[in-house]
Amino acid sequence: MRLALFITCFNDTLFPETGKSVVRVLRRLGHEVEFPYDQVCCGQMHFNSGYREDAVPLVRSFVDAFEGYDAVVVPSGSCTAMVREYHAVVARQAGGTLPAGVARVAPKVYEFSEFLVDVLGVTDVGAYFPHSVAYHPTCHSLRLLRVGDRPTRLLRAVRGLTLVDLPRADECCGFGGTFAVKNVDTSVAMGGDKVSAALESGAQVLCAGDNSCLTHIGGLISRQHAGIRVLHLADILACTEALPDLQPYGPGLDIASGFAAEQTPAPEVTR
Amino acid sequence: MERYEANREARTVILDRLRTALDDRPKPPPVRRAYRRERPAGLDVVGRFAERVADYEATVLRVYDAQDLLSAASDLLREAGVSRLAVPTGSRLAWLTRLGVELVVDSPPLDNDALGEIDAVATGCALAIAETGTIVLDTGPDQGRRALTLLPDYHLCVVRADQVVGTVPEAVARLNPRRPQTWISGPSATSDIELERVEGVHGPRTLHVLLTG
Amino acid sequence: MTTSVRREPTFVGMPPFPEAAHAELANDVQRANLRAATHTIRAKRDAVVAEVPDWELLRRAGEAIKDDVLAGLPGYLERLEVAVRAAGGVVHWARDAAEANTIVVAIARAKGVDEVVKVKSMATEEIELNNALARAGIHAWETDLAQLIVQLGEDLPSHILVPAIHRNRAEIREIFVREMGRFGRPAPERLSDEPGALAAAARRHLREKFLRAKVAVSGGNFAIADTGTVCVVESEGNGRMCLTLPETLITVLGVEKLLPTWSDLEVFLQLLPRSATGERMNPYTSMWTGVTPGDGPQEFHLILLDNGRSDVLADPVGRQALRCIRCSACLNVCPVYERTGGHAYGSVYPGPIGAILTPQLRGIAAHRVDAQTASLPFASSLCGACFDACPVRIDIPEVLVHLRAQLVDGERGPRDRAEEVGMKAVRWAFEKPWRIGFAQHVAGVGGRFARHGVIGRVPLPKRFTGPVSAWFADRDAPAPPAESFRSWYKRTDGGQEE
Repeated sequence: MRLALFITCFNDTLFPETGKSVVRVLRRLGHEVEFPYDQVCCGQMHFNSGYREDAVPLVRSFVDAFEGYDAVVVPSGSCTAMVREYHAVVARQAGGTLPAGVARVAPKVYEFSEFLVDVLGVTDVGAYFPHSVAYHPTCHSLRLLRVGDRPTRLLRAVRGLTLVDLPRADECCGFGGTFAVKNVDTSVAMGGDKVSAALESGAQVLCAGDNSCLTHIGGLISRQHAGIRVLHLADILACTEALPDLQPYGPGLDIASGFAAEQTPAPEVTR
Repeated sequence: MERYEANREARTVILDRLRTALDDRPKPPPVRRAYRRERPAGLDVVGRFAERVADYEATVLRVYDAQDLLSAASDLLREAGVSRLAVPTGSRLAWLTRLGVELVVDSPPLDNDALGEIDAVATGCALAIAETGTIVLDTGPDQGRRALTLLPDYHLCVVRADQVVGTVPEAVARLNPRRPQTWISGPSATSDIELERVEGVHGPRTLHVLLTG
Repeated sequence: MTTSVRREPTFVGMPPFPEAAHAELANDVQRANLRAATHTIRAKRDAVVAEVPDWELLRRAGEAIKDDVLAGLPGYLERLEVAVRAAGGVVHWARDAAEANTIVVAIARAKGVDEVVKVKSMATEEIELNNALARAGIHAWETDLAQLIVQLGEDLPSHILVPAIHRNRAEIREIFVREMGRFGRPAPERLSDEPGALAAAARRHLREKFLRAKVAVSGGNFAIADTGTVCVVESEGNGRMCLTLPETLITVLGVEKLLPTWSDLEVFLQLLPRSATGERMNPYTSMWTGVTPGDGPQEFHLILLDNGRSDVLADPVGRQALRCIRCSACLNVCPVYERTGGHAYGSVYPGPIGAILTPQLRGIAAHRVDAQTASLPFASSLCGACFDACPVRIDIPEVLVHLRAQLVDGERGPRDRAEEVGMKAVRWAFEKPWRIGFAQHVAGVGGRFARHGVIGRVPLPKRFTGPVSAWFADRDAPAPPAESFRSWYKRTDGGQEE
């Protein structure tokens, strides 16, 4: 199986550790993942903000970058949903050969938990993470991809991890891409309630499959010194007894929790 | 009809606009009526109906013979303090006189004020729906005109077991759209204040159902 | 009784959504009311939907029936007209609000009345009928409890189904005590704020109006093209009063409200109550076909209203909004609506459905729209809860994004130059991988100045920084790392060489 990683522009730029975690988990399971350097962005921000014409070249470059792979794994629910649900819409508008290209590539694109559970057939990835974790199902993974209980099945199989229920879990955190700045007050009101729910859950760590949502929730937590950390699912699944919880970067920037980020990249340890 | 003719121009313009709007000739998907139209096999429709009506805070009494019916009706009316009872014309509800309440037959039709001053009304129904606990009146025999079951504050409805159907589709299939209909599911209610349900606003505040047979 | 005919407030002049929301979010009474109310109704809806095993099949059938209506709308309207006239009704056509209002006023004047009783109706809210009647010296008495609360409180509706959802019992008591006496029977002395007591006060206040009214005005939930039957779904019995007691009934109906056949009701009378109030069936559903001798109004006028609907129908993506049956399920599940309430949307149609319907009714497909209208398609985080709840499967997020493209690509909204420059810059950076690499490098260098890897408060004036200061007003952000993923992958061959 020729396997590619679509890191997403957001993770590439702000959360490289999540990408490293994906590589690490897959390698542990015996799969090498390629990183096509021509990849950039799925075009979601442009598409969702009304700049649909500007999304066309991005969709085209996505097809070019990932054509020929058997599967593309993406550590983001919303970017996966953009590719699978909306690239066809952009392509239809653009015409030419793009619709056919999207039809070939998009069905092979999987969100990280989908890839592990559905393609690899794994729920126990050999991870160890001795903390209590609440899982927030991000909206696009919940309602567009319908990932269902895949992430929680993966989390339940992690040794040492205690999964606790997140109250009102299916409510949006209020990130919503440019919504977070265009409707900043509403976005923050929604995010504040999500932070309250996370606190109510009693978890140490709030986990999700989208670093974008976690940046918003984590940004609120950090400002409020709320004392919870946010972590991408991949970053939890990457942890083992040999390498417990060493993410130097994470969207959970909670200084109070003692996981403050370092300035220099920590030595990358794999295997 | 004159007023209608006066709007002839608006009619033409609207229909033209709508036709132009559909220039792309959308082809809607076929309507698949794969949903349930019949009651689930083995369902005790009468029992389910009684249960669902009771969920609406309406009282349901099940009776099996004429003697039962009399004593049940007598209990309900006494409990509700009813002394005058409106009934539709040509009513087969004359047996209610034996309960000692005064029957006021809607013939000639009572005016609204007179009707509003009567405590209670008793009727039959066209049919009833088990799944939703609904009684349907269609101004047929034993039901009278619509205002009759609206202005009095208490409604006693007699439902025969053979009038109970299972589902909404079964009910729709049996009803005649030419007749004015009132579908009643429990007493008048509102949830307009803090979404807290309150029984009894403008329609009858009390609904009692006698389920016979 | 003599009272002056009071004009009602309108949504005209409301600020764009973000600004309106800013004020509404600070309304603690409304926040608490909405939190409790939306969570209550969600639980009720979930419970009654879960007990219907064929719910998804019903949704699909509802969607298909409505799409069929829209695809053949001119023909169905003509059939409806024939059937209503055959049953003794009069059919009017109104291109816009003014035309519909003129027709209602003319009928009321012809009957010589100075008052009408009204069943809550979104169509008559949309055309601001009450103000048109007021200008003609005719009182329009709202008889739905929540609508009465709004009318007496000189307030605006904030929800499609429960227009006074933003009010709590104490406020409602105050409004009743203060206002009822000015327009009829006063509230009892020492009125309590128990919902039961408040409902009883409304019953007593309105009863004399029901008994005396000669003309009623309603909307309609459904109209059957084949038979001419009109259907009104309600709870309190105020609908039955209006539809039964007066001599003349005027129904204002959006042209999209049709169903082809009588049997189609078997789908919608299951979808609507469970989606709307979370009940298996609403307390009262009234259906009538034209005029019935000796029973109910002996004169029936049906006004078929366009008022922008033909523009909505012209948009192949946006037209699905016309499937809406006004159940409010999308409002009740919406996390934005739950926090801002309905007034922030500046329209009689609030919430997710309002965000896609209002701009379309105001002509976004045809011409430039004002800033308030243009803000509505952005009043959503695109979480998708609305689509899941919609009984006729309106893909609200799809239409929202479609309308955003009309505003930006189609230049129907006010231009945001700074955003355009930003979006173009991002697109430029994304066109060639080396450009994104370069941008990440610059960001990474900048990130070294952040403390503890966190960017906290950014002390710049809002007008200067726009979205940046918006983000940092209440949130921190991670500082960009010194090395992007792609750089790391290249440097270490995907971690092999570390």
